[in-house]
Amino acid sequence: MEKDIYQRPATGQHPLNLSPAYKSTVARSPKQPAIMLPQSLSEITGPSLGAERLNALENDLTRQRIGEPLGERIVVHGRVLDENGKPVPKAMVEIWQCNAAGRYHHPGDQHDAPLDPNFTGGGRVRTDDEGKYEFITIKPGAYPWKNHHNAWRPAHIHFSLFGPAFATRLITQMYFPGDPLLAYDPIYNSVPEGARTRLQASFDIETTRPEWALAYKFDVVLRGRNATPME
Amino acid sequence: MSHALTPSQTIGPFYWGTLVNTYRADLAPPGVAGERIELVLSLFDAEGALIPDGLLEIWQANSHGRYNHPDDRRNLPLDAGFEGFGRASTDTNGEARFATVKPGRVPWPAGGMQAAHVNINVFARGVLNRLATRLYFEGDPGLAEDPVLKLVDAARRRTLIAKRDGAGIWRLPIHIGGAHETVFFDI
Repeated sequence: MEKDIYQRPATGQHPLNLSPAYKSTVARSPKQPAIMLPQSLSEITGPSLGAERLNALENDLTRQRIGEPLGERIVVHGRVLDENGKPVPKAMVEIWQCNAAGRYHHPGDQHDAPLDPNFTGGGRVRTDDEGKYEFITIKPGAYPWKNHHNAWRPAHIHFSLFGPAFATRLITQMYFPGDPLLAYDPIYNSVPEGARTRLQASFDIETTRPEWALAYKFDVVLRGRNATPME
Repeated sequence: MSHALTPSQTIGPFYWGTLVNTYRADLAPPGVAGERIELVLSLFDAEGALIPDGLLEIWQANSHGRYNHPDDRRNLPLDAGFEGFGRASTDTNGEARFATVKPGRVPWPAGGMQAAHVNINVFARGVLNRLATRLYFEGDPGLAEDPVLKLVDAARRRTLIAKRDGAGIWRLPIHIGGAHETVFFDI
């Protein structure tokens, strides 16, 4: 048996597929266990999205339209690392979020809150050689959803990353520290208790820009390679 | 130093349009070598209802069986303009379409070759972790010896094998649950 190139997550890191408090998981979770697949070239390779040209404003969600969006301007930054602490350079980071009023620029979102013509809520950036990324955006609002009576999503920003391989693909959500809605959110709480606070950004006074914007730091940790055996 | 993994969360229903729009579902511009194929993946929940708000991604080797990635160091041609990655939303019929080329075969770590296949990621509201599966091609002579299919109970292998319709389109239904539940892989 060949050794896997990428480490496999221990239990307790990710949500269970079936997390019944989040009702949509009931009909949208496999009942059969996933089949363990030894990692071949198909799993250890993946897209770099290297041909995707990013324009300079794609990581500034406040400057993509004619005027500035309403809401509290914030800096969201951090590093993309692997489990070994190694930076993941040149990694595409894609985000999307609702506006300050809690409404997505999406035809499916029928929440009775105003759209902001100056905010579409999507951004992309590539990490630098140290795995660092930065977005300028506005703080997303909370919004109601129909999961249960009086259900509200805590403010969050969706993150999508590939990292170096098909095996390291991750879609997640970043939350804000101390949000009182976290305690009631079945999506956040689908993550095992010991791991869920990793989805909270930390308030970052050092990066906060005086007279301009508060900053939050959110590091993303992707699966790392196994140590190469000594030969 | 060891760092704790960032947990997965659902893509939700409102993933940003540009997440999709900037990635063509047409992977192979003119000039890319290989047999042109069209794939239609359709997505269903455990009750057999179609899923119109899913996101499907594909990752594949080129027609020579080479992945466009630094960890594929084999001396096989790369095709300019072909990365091998596609991304598309499911539509109101629960379908996502991709135009690409048929991938070549790639080796298996313990020896031998895998049958031609396309790697698939499934994301949707209600799906908390990326679901990874594969698409194989019905009638492909490599299927009988494919080491991955051999890991799958014989009765469930058909959930991974696309069939060609009358128009020549390769179709594969993906069932997240229910009697026809697709085989998903822990990679």
